[in-house]
Amino acid sequence: MSDKVTVYVPNETTAVSLGANVVAEKISALDGTNVLRNGSWGACWLEPLIEVVIGDQRIAYGPVMQDDIESLVEADFLHGGDHALRLGPINEIPYLSKQDRLTFFRVGLIESLSIDDYRRHGGFKGITKALDVGPAATLDEVKTSGLRGRGGAAFPTAIKWQTVADAAGDQKYIACNADEGDSGTFSDRMLMEGDPFTLIEGMLIAGFAVGANKGYVYLRSEYPLTKTIFSKALEIARAEGLLGKNINKSDFDFDIELHIGAGSYVCGEETAMLESLEGKAGTVRFRPPLPALEGLFGKPTVVNNVITLASVPNILSLGGERYAGFGAGRSKGTLAFQLAGNIKRGGLVEKAFGLTMRELIEDFGGGTATGRDIRAVQVGGPLGAYIPTSDLDTPLDYESFAEIGGMLGHGGIVVFDDTVDMAAQARFAMEFCAIESCGKCTPCRIGAVRGVEVIDRILADENREANFELLEDLCDTMIDGSLCAMGGLTPFPVQSAIKHFPEDFRPECGDKQ
Amino acid sequence: MAIRYNASIATEIISSFDARPEMLVQILHAFVARYSYICKEAVIQIAHELNLSRADVHGVVSFYHDFRTEAPGKRVVKICQAESCQAMGSRSLTAHAEKVLGITMNETTSDGEITLEPVYCLGNCACSPAVMIDDDVYGRVDSNRLDTLLAGKGALA
Repeated sequence: MSDKVTVYVPNETTAVSLGANVVAEKISALDGTNVLRNGSWGACWLEPLIEVVIGDQRIAYGPVMQDDIESLVEADFLHGGDHALRLGPINEIPYLSKQDRLTFFRVGLIESLSIDDYRRHGGFKGITKALDVGPAATLDEVKTSGLRGRGGAAFPTAIKWQTVADAAGDQKYIACNADEGDSGTFSDRMLMEGDPFTLIEGMLIAGFAVGANKGYVYLRSEYPLTKTIFSKALEIARAEGLLGKNINKSDFDFDIELHIGAGSYVCGEETAMLESLEGKAGTVRFRPPLPALEGLFGKPTVVNNVITLASVPNILSLGGERYAGFGAGRSKGTLAFQLAGNIKRGGLVEKAFGLTMRELIEDFGGGTATGRDIRAVQVGGPLGAYIPTSDLDTPLDYESFAEIGGMLGHGGIVVFDDTVDMAAQARFAMEFCAIESCGKCTPCRIGAVRGVEVIDRILADENREANFELLEDLCDTMIDGSLCAMGGLTPFPVQSAIKHFPEDFRPECGDKQ
Repeated sequence: MAIRYNASIATEIISSFDARPEMLVQILHAFVARYSYICKEAVIQIAHELNLSRADVHGVVSFYHDFRTEAPGKRVVKICQAESCQAMGSRSLTAHAEKVLGITMNETTSDGEITLEPVYCLGNCACSPAVMIDDDVYGRVDSNRLDTLLAGKGALA
């Protein structure tokens, strides 16, 4: 029925959490509509954001709640009619048009689970090129791009891949870390829900480059919709011969197994994730040996984050040099920043490294949701430092952030307004570490518990000076003595809160809400 | 209602993962999906069929938050306690839920209807605070919306 009007309604966690499925049902029930389910463009504050296809334009309306459908019909939205929720053509919304969408360029644009739509929009060009030029040239292209791990540690991807490629042994693995546990981050989820075939293609390229024939995706259990969508994508890819034997009629074999995590934050740490993939408790391993040499089941393993792997198909099809043309200094390419917490226009913003936090939070984010002043910003998840407003002009790149004692991590930015109690936030950092510590090393397992106690004593005004000194000492022990980032970085939010917001640690501030 | 444990169905579940010991976490998920929790008989049977010790299986069960060892309420309500949701009032939302339900975190209402649990990030951080009821995530949940959801209304289908 070619005269039907196509309407896109996202099948994506945020949109669905605000009612997108009901909206999709109601629009499907209207005469002459054909509803397609895409991912979210990332303008999350406008979700559920629907698009009506008119000619070669996609007219956006949002946020559309189920009660709005009646008035939308009256306004003849199926022909682009005017309405209070009409946002105009999707590609003219400044929040989206001002981005540098490389890795996310198909997210929102395509029907998430249509492999034909994926192909029509450049899908599988990367793997085709890789198979064409061979593993060594594929690796070179990734090296030229300057891509660094997007999970948080920012390790050069090509070096990791080269290590695995050079490692002895005929069985190697690709392990994709989709255990996106940092609060304020959701880019892995949005990519896997909105453009799942890109991750599959990225893993194929990685497998081909290093000589691995098996991949694992470790997805957190808190993402049930992502599981449904990605499982379906794997089935489709297998049916299309893009996973399995002789991919694209080459002699390259590759398949992917999806594993679901079980609510443990520390399993986002690469060695704990490997333990979990082996069916064990997610306790951290000693390093060395590096996972690149002795990883999953003791075999050489590439462990990469979702966004790292999903960036690769585009790097292959655009060329590494073009990708490296984006960014600042040694931070090449783009990062999918995520604006969260107390923010007016929260969502995903993919930009080249180098814009300032202020541009991101004020220009894109529009300030706080409550309309109050910003007081603190936590960048890089629960292990990231709290940053005061005086540092908001810091450029968002790995090196500039290290200079102010922060880290970009996975690109999550959580904004707090002036009602935040920073002592409570510092206490929570220790409390969270105590809850989530895997227990293998003492500084983390015991230190976090003691950290909560010492902060409580400070807030109760018991031996303040001595307890502050003790807390500093404890933080140093955790930083220097912990096996992984869980214990090693937990002190950063604590110390930064004390440094920048000392007034909150006075007993009279204890009741501040 | 918890489904009665059945050894032959348990064997079927384990076989569907080819009884591979490295699938233990996935097998436990399948048990929770079927029985809502991991009972003692399950630990014994899984250990036996995967050729692991009971201690091995118990160690994995007790490590992960998802593998509860007691039957939960009919509905499990999780309120996000992580930073993004804190910035949008999840602490007071939690206090509200505890007051309305008359329980604290990790408890079940006396009528067995609702279990309240913390969760650390649902990836819905641009529309905080977030709540998950069974497998459904809800965004921008204030106390009014939570009341509606707890009453079993306002589901998003």
